[in-house]
Amino acid sequence: MKGLGELERSIMDIIWAQSSPVTAREVGRLIADRDLAPTTVMTVLDRLTRKGFLQRTRDGRAWRYEPAESRDAYVAELMLEALDLTGDRSAALTRFAQAVSGSEAEILLKALTELEDE
Amino acid sequence: MITAAVLATLALVCAVGAWRFTRARWTYRAPHVAIVLWQALGVTWGLAGTGALLSYALEPYGQGVLHGLGSFAVSAMNGGYGPADSFTLPRILALIAGLTALTILVVVLFSAGAQTLRARRRHRTLLALVAREDPEVPGVRVVDHPGPAAYCVPGLRSEVVVSEGTLKLLSPAELTAVLAHESAHVRERHDLVLLPFAALRRALPWSQVVGRVQSEVSLLVEMAADDVARRYCSPRRLATALLRFGTAGAAPTPQGALGVSETTGAVMARVERLVSPGPDLPRRVRYAIVAFSVTLTASAPLLWLMPH
Repeated sequence: MKGLGELERSIMDIIWAQSSPVTAREVGRLIADRDLAPTTVMTVLDRLTRKGFLQRTRDGRAWRYEPAESRDAYVAELMLEALDLTGDRSAALTRFAQAVSGSEAEILLKALTELEDE
Repeated sequence: MITAAVLATLALVCAVGAWRFTRARWTYRAPHVAIVLWQALGVTWGLAGTGALLSYALEPYGQGVLHGLGSFAVSAMNGGYGPADSFTLPRILALIAGLTALTILVVVLFSAGAQTLRARRRHRTLLALVAREDPEVPGVRVVDHPGPAAYCVPGLRSEVVVSEGTLKLLSPAELTAVLAHESAHVRERHDLVLLPFAALRRALPWSQVVGRVQSEVSLLVEMAADDVARRYCSPRRLATALLRFGTAGAAPTPQGALGVSETTGAVMARVERLVSPGPDLPRRVRYAIVAFSVTLTASAPLLWLMPH
């Protein structure tokens, strides 16, 4: 039995890979872990919907789920924050380095790496 | 009156000291010590500035700032514990100004803390969904993006994150250096150092001094992490990693973010001290600065307690 976070992740991956909205039953069929109880899948889908990662629409007696955003959109959001491009100057993350301009940095980099090669 | 005057002088000395201190360069030779001094200056400036106003305003109680505030609160609630002399207009104005400033400082700090926590929680949730583990870098989360990024999401369970672009950009030795640098941030909880300064900057975005102070403290925090990292890796590799990162970024600078020219200076300063480190600040001097910082930090709270 995988952790809940791991499960959320695999279910998101499955739904991202689909071209159309899917039901809980279809997710259950596509998931690698065959022992997973259908109620667990339902619970995770419900959690992901409440967190805003999935949107669901009624289809007869079942719900059909689709991703609220593409995977790339979330990656882009992470990177905007990682590169400090959101402009909010918060101290939420500590970053390794910021961009430099000018040829000085390139020349120095070249000098430092060449020194190693000799 | 004396306490109020001393507190006002202390606040002024801290402000002027901070302004001059942003130009100091000995700080690069002992970033950890300099950070302690910055924190002392910040705390003392806040407590002394608000304390001066409140001390003057609450003088009729003759009990000092802290107990005076207590008495004022009691008399405001049930009216039975007023001062011997009545409040004059200047004292009323000072009281309003002092309480407002104190409230703003406290609210700004707490809201910045709350906002930071929210941003981190969102970031962690997204990482859980889209970041992967990589067998080549155990314990580090990898985000599939070609841009270079390496950072740490601080917290009780801090996470170090690198992008796919970083793995491609850096040599294994450079990657080790970057990870050592990020672990130093995690271990020393540098995010807690940065939080109040970032909060102050958001509260006073027009203040040049505050802006300079925040940039300076962020740079010192990076240098402190560099110093820890160089114990575990080659400083030269850390320097080339920094340069590779900086030159590969070429990211557009949006409004409100640090200008590239400003960050260039910071990155080059870090590279320079990694490649040719100056002599350490003498131990004597370092101890003296720490002792001074402790005294400074203790002074304002003691003055808050002093009657008259």
